[in-house]
Amino acid sequence: MTEPWWIALIEALLVVNLLLGLFAYLTLIERKLLGRMQLRYGPNRAGKFGLLQPIADLVKLIRKEAFAPSSAVDLLYILAPIVSAFTAIAAFSVIPFGPGWTVNGWHINGEVANVSIGLILVFALGSIGIYGFIVGGWASESKFSMLGSMRTCAQLVSYEVSLALSVLGVVILGRSLNLPEIVHRQGELLPFVAPQFIGMLVFVMGGIAETSRAPFDLPEAEQELVAGYHTEYSGMRWGLFQMAEYINLITLSGLMVTLFLAGWHGPWDLGPLWFLLKLLGVLFVFIWLRATLPRLRYDQLMRFSWKVLLPVATINAVITALVVVWA
Amino acid sequence: MSPQPISTLKGFGVTFKQIFKKPITQQYPEYKRPVYPRFRGRHRLWRHENGLEKCVGCSLCAAASPSDCIRVIADENTPDNRVSAGERYARIYEINMSRCIFCGYCELACPFDAITLGHEYEISEYNRDDQIYTKDMLLAPPVKHVPVADPDLYDTPIPYYETHS
Repeated sequence: MTEPWWIALIEALLVVNLLLGLFAYLTLIERKLLGRMQLRYGPNRAGKFGLLQPIADLVKLIRKEAFAPSSAVDLLYILAPIVSAFTAIAAFSVIPFGPGWTVNGWHINGEVANVSIGLILVFALGSIGIYGFIVGGWASESKFSMLGSMRTCAQLVSYEVSLALSVLGVVILGRSLNLPEIVHRQGELLPFVAPQFIGMLVFVMGGIAETSRAPFDLPEAEQELVAGYHTEYSGMRWGLFQMAEYINLITLSGLMVTLFLAGWHGPWDLGPLWFLLKLLGVLFVFIWLRATLPRLRYDQLMRFSWKVLLPVATINAVITALVVVWA
Repeated sequence: MSPQPISTLKGFGVTFKQIFKKPITQQYPEYKRPVYPRFRGRHRLWRHENGLEKCVGCSLCAAASPSDCIRVIADENTPDNRVSAGERYARIYEINMSRCIFCGYCELACPFDAITLGHEYEISEYNRDDQIYTKDMLLAPPVKHVPVADPDLYDTPIPYYETHS
């Protein structure tokens, strides 16, 4: 049975709000965790344990003067962060966080949108998000932004290929592109991290590069490019770019939990809670990576993508296909 | 050295262990690090035991200051208005704290030990005009107390005028 449209609407609103709340406190968690790994406290002045820090940041960004370079292409300059943020939030809508419930005869889906090709939708929306970065950098009419956005997008496009290939193994094992279907199969068989360990490693590395996180965060390295494509953005427009980046990170972690770590499965039938715990675990690993590894140089980054990651992902997919067909 | 993936994983172990160690940050307003005994903070003008000011308005401190931040206008000591211990006194004595570089040359130049640099360093203001300290403000003892390190721990000698008046 399908979900009534008004339940879908309420679920969408709820999930988007929770996602934005999680994004806000993820910034705080990341700063505090990075601080602890570096033997210092994170922010702890704004409210007890720094819990009001995201709100302080939000108020600061909103009240900041949103200047624009006088020669900027107006419409594109304003649209670019909106496109990035929108596609980032939209990509989260297909990730299943629960088994689906039936209450009072009405069915509630375990995800906001049950799309039969959900996995391809996530990658497609990610690619459209890259448009936001390119256009933002170009529309700023500044050399730093232009070069920064060129480098960013070359990096993102290169790693996207390896990312898509790395999930081929999961698709072959899961017999479907539909994300809830893949989670169900993991519940029946085993979490796909075991047979697809190499695929997961490729996914992690490709994913970190996709979201411009350390050690692939050359687009954000202040010493290299001032601030890359978001140099000429201030106030809430910059906030939207940050939101796009962090929500891409959350979506990627959610995708990793869904594809490799058996989504919401766990003992005692607490679907969304297990999903959240696994999500936080994956986010912890990403923050841990950021604290530990130095940044890759741009040519090392591109060489790694095309010469190492792409062959490994391809071979992984081929071997998975052979094993599944002949076993 | 172990091969590359093993040493990277050991690096992860180091970062992970640091989460459980106590941070080494000193939280500033709750804990103020003690300053050294010869720390150059806010200036202070001193008086003799009998209440007369030590400053005679000779302007040697104004001449010595590299950033030219002290303004001294001297005036005669009359018998019914005796302010300082010499012939003249400083009628106007102002230091512009936003120009001062806290080098301590005025303290070295003064022949009467009238001006020294004390320990107070929390002297922020919201206006530039409030940064010009007048003679009354400089004569007054410091409002905020700053912890000073124990002089016995250091073998640097304490200047004569800080222990005698």
